[in-house]
Amino acid sequence: MSDSILADLHSPILLDQIVPARAAWEHVVRCGETLRIIDLEGNQAVDFLMYSLRDDAERYSVQDTIAAQRNLFLRSGSVLMSNEGNPMARICATSVAYHDTIGGACSCESNTLRYGHHTKAQHACVENFLTANARYGRGKRDIVSNINWFMNVPVEADGTLGIVDGISARGMYVDLHAQMDLIAVISNCPQINNPCNGFNPTPIRVIIAAGDPVVT
Amino acid sequence: MTNLGTADPKGARAHAHAMAGTKIEAMPTVPAGSSPDLPPGVVSEDMLWEETVGAGGYASKELTRGSRLRLTDLYGDSCVSMLVFNSERPIERLNMADTVKVQWNAYLQAGRLLLSDMGRVLMSVVADGAQTHDIFCGPTNERANQRTYGDGTNWSQFPNARDRLLLGAAKFGLGRKDLHPCVNWFKGVRIAEDGATVWEGGPFAQNRSVELRAEMNLIVVLANCPHVLDDRTQYTVTPVRICAWRGPVTPQDDAIRNSTLESERAFLNVEEYFRR
Repeated sequence: MSDSILADLHSPILLDQIVPARAAWEHVVRCGETLRIIDLEGNQAVDFLMYSLRDDAERYSVQDTIAAQRNLFLRSGSVLMSNEGNPMARICATSVAYHDTIGGACSCESNTLRYGHHTKAQHACVENFLTANARYGRGKRDIVSNINWFMNVPVEADGTLGIVDGISARGMYVDLHAQMDLIAVISNCPQINNPCNGFNPTPIRVIIAAGDPVVT
Repeated sequence: MTNLGTADPKGARAHAHAMAGTKIEAMPTVPAGSSPDLPPGVVSEDMLWEETVGAGGYASKELTRGSRLRLTDLYGDSCVSMLVFNSERPIERLNMADTVKVQWNAYLQAGRLLLSDMGRVLMSVVADGAQTHDIFCGPTNERANQRTYGDGTNWSQFPNARDRLLLGAAKFGLGRKDLHPCVNWFKGVRIAEDGATVWEGGPFAQNRSVELRAEMNLIVVLANCPHVLDDRTQYTVTPVRICAWRGPVTPQDDAIRNSTLESERAFLNVEEYFRR
């Protein structure tokens, strides 16, 4: 079966899965492997955390990443840093101009502030992160500020910021090249109260390939 | 064998006792109310905390709901990294993303809230004479200080903010996994249109201060270390004065509480939490 999305990835393809709308997903990504995340239908926020496989107290750090690159936005070439100041992964390619890492994950509790108490029972990314991590003994202390692939959070001159209409589209993707052995955790965002998913959560596709993508 | 008379326990005790009354700048005043320089309008009985934290120092403290916490940048070059936990259940802690997202703004200033990860307000900023703060760049780590100053360990002259926060949190039984993204007071980071972080590092005027109000029972952890974007090759940070005093629980007609829809809901959730 030919599949153009796989054409520029090294073989073997170690994993190729559809993550359903609203679902959690986690997998080990070994140092040197590439994790490709594909926004299948467009403007689907993908909340993302990662932990060092060797020591899960070492994990993605939004603040170390921002301080190291002196910029809020994640773009092609951005290096994702751990709380220990170590590179965890590098964005080796992406078809989206920039991704968010300040907006955090939606939660039942923060939804009550943002939209009202009628949203408390809705499914949320923190619920997915807790569910995926709980299988491995990780809990609420491990839910740190995350990355939101395909999510658009501009900051205006007076500091006003917000989740606005996305700049991703059907088939856009991001490639992460692991710089250490990682546990990657995804919440395919179920939020329906703001435009992060175009008000319609949709499936994504995740692929893990050996080595970095072929340079074409 | 020294010539300090410390060869036997009584001599050693006498030597230790001779230090009584020593005063230096970077130390707590105990009791806090004995400070000769109380905040305006505060009586000594209400003082909870009076401490000056020097370059590279840290401190941590429990504060009850309603308490005021004032940080003063005495010489214009402090950088105070802060963690905040619910002292009753420290699994609830400051959430940097919710703080900026829920309030639709990137900058901390008077009237803004520090929000927890449980939809509640931990602290309000009731006064801000500094207006240069940072919620994006976080603490330095050992690796960063090793690179900039040649050392960054807790036993060096150049301790990094993260490991100072770790010690402050550890005194309450918290550990590495509990070190959430922090606030940096007094050193500012503005965001350019392209997302670039623009550092506002001073040095600034003396005695700028920020005053916070505890909206829940809290553990606050503070570390005074050079900012992670500070490119000075000398480890440069000046002492910060910490004052805290008792205050009333925020009333329902409070202006900050009622300033926005989101703020009111955050206070409603706190009031519900304390309905017991």
